Amino acid sequence: MYPIILLSVLGVVTLFLGFSKSKNILLPATLLFLIIALIGNFVEWNKGPLLYFYDMFRVDNLTLSFNGIILLSAFMIVAISGGFQDNADSEPAEYYGLMLFSLVGAMMMVGFEHMIMLFIGVEILSVAMYVLTGSNKRNLRSNEAALKYFLMGAFATGFMLFGMTLLYGATGSFELSQIQGFASNMQQGSQSYILYAGLLLLLIGMLFKVSAAPFHFWTPDVYEGAPTIFTTFMSTIVKTAGFAALFRLLNTSFTNIYSFWWIIIALIAVLTLLVGNIGATSQNSFKRMLAYSGISHAGYLLIALTALSRPSENAIVFYSLAYSLSTICAFGVLMLVSKEKTIEGQPNEHYDAFNGLAKQNPLLAFVLAVSMLSLAGIPLTAGFWGKFFIFTSAAERGIMWITVIAVLMSTVGIYYYFRVIIASYLREGNMIKIRIAPFYQVILLIATFLTILFGLAPGIFDNLI
Amino acid sequence: MLTLLLILLPVIAAVITLFSGERLAKTVALIGGLTTLGLAVMTWLQFDPAAGTQFGFKYAWVSSGGISFAAGLDGISLVLVLLTTFLTPLIVLSAFKHDYKKPASFYALILFMEAALIGVFTATDAFLFYLFFEAALIPVYFLAAIWGGENRIKVTFKFFIYTIFGSLFMMVALVYLYYQTPGTHTSEITAFYQLQLSPQTQGFIFWAFFIAFAIKMPLFPFHTWQPDTYTESPTAATMLLSGIMLKMGVYGLIRFLLPIVPQGMESWGMMAMILSVIGIIYGSIIAIQQSDMKRLIAYSSFAHVGLMAAGVFSYSVNGLQGALIQMLAHGINVIGLFFIIDIIYSRTKTRFLDQLGGISQSTPHLSIYFMILLLGSVALPLTNGFVGEFLLLSSVFHYDGWLGAIAGLTIILGSVYMLRLFQKSMFGPRSKWVEGFQDLTASESAVLLPLVIMVFWIGIYPNTFLKLTEPAVSQLLQLVNN
Repeated sequence: MYPIILLSVLGVVTLFLGFSKSKNILLPATLLFLIIALIGNFVEWNKGPLLYFYDMFRVDNLTLSFNGIILLSAFMIVAISGGFQDNADSEPAEYYGLMLFSLVGAMMMVGFEHMIMLFIGVEILSVAMYVLTGSNKRNLRSNEAALKYFLMGAFATGFMLFGMTLLYGATGSFELSQIQGFASNMQQGSQSYILYAGLLLLLIGMLFKVSAAPFHFWTPDVYEGAPTIFTTFMSTIVKTAGFAALFRLLNTSFTNIYSFWWIIIALIAVLTLLVGNIGATSQNSFKRMLAYSGISHAGYLLIALTALSRPSENAIVFYSLAYSLSTICAFGVLMLVSKEKTIEGQPNEHYDAFNGLAKQNPLLAFVLAVSMLSLAGIPLTAGFWGKFFIFTSAAERGIMWITVIAVLMSTVGIYYYFRVIIASYLREGNMIKIRIAPFYQVILLIATFLTILFGLAPGIFDNLI
Repeated sequence: MLTLLLILLPVIAAVITLFSGERLAKTVALIGGLTTLGLAVMTWLQFDPAAGTQFGFKYAWVSSGGISFAAGLDGISLVLVLLTTFLTPLIVLSAFKHDYKKPASFYALILFMEAALIGVFTATDAFLFYLFFEAALIPVYFLAAIWGGENRIKVTFKFFIYTIFGSLFMMVALVYLYYQTPGTHTSEITAFYQLQLSPQTQGFIFWAFFIAFAIKMPLFPFHTWQPDTYTESPTAATMLLSGIMLKMGVYGLIRFLLPIVPQGMESWGMMAMILSVIGIIYGSIIAIQQSDMKRLIAYSSFAHVGLMAAGVFSYSVNGLQGALIQMLAHGINVIGLFFIIDIIYSRTKTRFLDQLGGISQSTPHLSIYFMILLLGSVALPLTNGFVGEFLLLSSVFHYDGWLGAIAGLTIILGSVYMLRLFQKSMFGPRSKWVEGFQDLTASESAVLLPLVIMVFWIGIYPNTFLKLTEPAVSQLLQLVNN
C-alpha cells in the first residue's frame, strides 16, 4: 500500500525536480525514492491480508513479493540508466517521472481485488510505456515502435474492457470474490456462456500485455525500436506485473471453472514456447533475440498458470525474479557494448558486436555469460530452479506432456543463448576496453551474485510467502 | 562429513588456483589435486564395505519440496571417487608441458570439473545428482571450447547441446518419480527404489534415463558428438571426458536405471543390450580404419563403453562387478594412451599414423610404457583390462549366448586396432616427422609411472577393489530381483 502512495507523490516531486538547474540531482533522487518505496513495501510484511480502498486493493505477502521484485528491478534499471546525459534531446525528469508512475500502475495490477483497479493499473503502466518507447524522438525506429505499441495496446485494452463488461453482466460484480462465488454456484446455461466469453476476452487483453503467442506480434519490433533502457523496463516489470495479475485473476476468481480454461492456457503456453524459441534461433540481432526469448519465458510462466497447483505461486515468483535479474544483466551489457560499436551512428546490437569481449572485458563477459546460462536454465544459476519449479508445478497437476515440450524448447533455447557466449569467449574481434562507471559495475555484479546465490540456495525463499 | 569435504576441497583449490596468478597456477592446482587424493585415500582406509552408505551428510535445501543437499559413499561411489581423485592430479601434471594461455583459468576449470564429478558419484539425492551431472558439463565445455583445436567452436557446441538435450529427459523422469513418492514428497534415491510403478510407466522412464546416460557415455547411435569432441579438445579435456565423465553415464545406469525400473529393464533390456553390442563392433571396426591416433582411441573408448553398458544390462553380479572394475581400468588406460599420443603429437606435430613410424628406435622408455598401457587396453591377462573384460563377457554370455559370442569379437578386434596403432607409430622405418625424437622427460614419466603401476595392481590383485563394491552390488541386485 505505502509504495503506491509514496511513488505517486514522489513521481510528481521528480517532475518538479526537472525545473532545477542541476540535472545531476535527478538520478540519485530517483534512486532514493525507489529505496524509500522498497522499505515502505516491506513494512506490511506478514501483516496481511489487508484490504484497502473499499476492498479494491489487497495486500498480502504475495503482493509484497511481486512488488519487491518490481521495485528491485526498477532500482537496478534506473541505476544503470546513467541519467540520460548523453543526448541533448532527452528529458530526464519526465523519463524518471513516467517510470515512477508506471511502477504505481504495475503495483496496482499486482494487488488488485476489483476489476476497475486492474484496468486502471494496466492503463497507467501502458500509457507510460507508450511514451517511453517513443522517447528517442529523432529515431525513426523508436517512433515506429511507439506507434505500433500504442495502436496494438489500445486494441488489446478494448478487448479487456469488453471482457470485464461481460463478466459484470454475468455476475453483477467487479469484485474478484463475488465473481468467484458466482462461478462456483453457477449452472450451465446462457449466463455461464457470458461468463466464459468475458473471461476469454479478458485473458486476451492480459496475454497481449505479457506478449504470449498469438498476441506477440508487437514484441520484437517494439523491443528492438525502444531505447534499450526502456526495453529492459518493459521486459522485466511489465511482464512480472502482467503475470502477477493473471495469477491473481485465475487463482482467485476462476479456480472453480479450471476445467474450462486450463486447456486454453496450455495451448497458448505451447504456442508461445514454439514461437518464442524458434523465432529466437533465426535472429542476428542480440536485442531482437532477447525480445523473442522474452516471449519464450512468457511461455514457461504460462505453464505454471496452466498447472495452478501448490508450487505454482512460488514458481512464478521465483521465475520472475530470476528472469528479471538475468534480463537486466543482459541488457546492461548490451547497452555498454553497443554504444562502443556503432554502425552508421546507430548502436550495433548484433551478435558479432560481442566478438572478443572476454579478452578485454572479462568482467562484462562473465556477467553476460552467467545471465545467459541463467536464461537457458543451466544448473547452479537461478534460472535452473525457476524452470525446475515450473516443471514441478506441472508434474503435481499431472500434466507431463507439457513438460516434455518445454524441455525440448529449452534445448532450443541453449542454442541461441550460447551464441553470444561463444561470440564473447571464443571468437576474435577488435574490442576495446570498455569504461564502466563504478556504480554500473556494482549493479551488474549484484545481479550476477544474486543469480548464482539463488542457483546455489533456492531454499532462501522457502516458507516466506 | 568426509564426503562434503571431498566435494568442497577441489572447489576451494580451484578458487585459489584462479587467483594464484599465471606462474603459480599449475603448482597450486597440482597440490589441490593431490590433497583431494590424500583425503580420498584416507576415506578409503576408514571405509567398511559391509556398512552400506557411509560418511553421509544431509542438509535441507529446498525444504518445502523435500529436496536435500545429501551425499554419502557406498562401495560403488567410493571406487569412482578414487578413480576421479587419482586421475585428476595426473591430468593436471600431464598439462604441465603445454604453455596454455590463461593457465589459471585452465587449471581451475579442471578442479571445478573434479568437484562436480565427485558430486555426481556421491549424491544420494536425485536432484543433487542431476545438478552435478549437468554442472560437470560447463567446465569441460569451456576447457574444450577455449583451448581446443581449429573446429572447436562448432564441435563443442554440438557436444554441449547434445548432452544437455539428453539430461533434460532425465529431469522430466526425476520430476515424475518425485511426485510418485508418498506423503510430502522426497527426492532421495533410495525412496525412488521403493516405488511401485506400472510396467508401462517403467518403460517410459527406462527410455528417459537410457537416452540421458547413453548420450553421455556414448552408446550407439548417440555417439556422433564423441569422436569430433575428443579430437578437437585439448588433451586434458579429452582425458576428463573419456577417463571420468564417460563413467557418469555407466554410474547412472547402475544407480538409477537398474534399481528404479527393473520391469522396464526386463521389457527393454534386450534392446539396450543389442545397441550396446552394436556399438562394440561398430566402434572397433571404425577404429581399425582410423589414421588419426586421437580418433582411433576415441572410437576404441566408444567400443569399450559399449561392453560396460552390456554388462550392466545383463543385471548380474558379474556384469556389474565387471563394469565397475572395467571403469577403473578403462579410465587408467585411456588417459595413459591419450597422454602418449599427446607426447608424440607435441614432438612431431602430427597425429597421423601414415606419417609416423620408427619412434621406438630412440625411445625405450616411451615404448615400454606405451606397450603396457596398450596391452592393458587389449585385455591381456595380468593387466587391468583382462579382469573387467572377462567378467563382462561372461555376464553377457550368460544373458544371451549369441550376443556374448558377438561381443567376444571385441577381444580380437581390439588387438587388431591397438597393435596396428603401436606398429605403425613405433616400429617400421623412421619417418622424417620423427627425427630428433626425445625420450620421456621426468614429468612425463611421473604421469605414466603411477598409471602403469595401477595397470598391474588391478591386473594382478583386483580384489582390492572388487571387495569394496561387492556388498553394494549384491544389495542393488537384490532390489532388482524383488
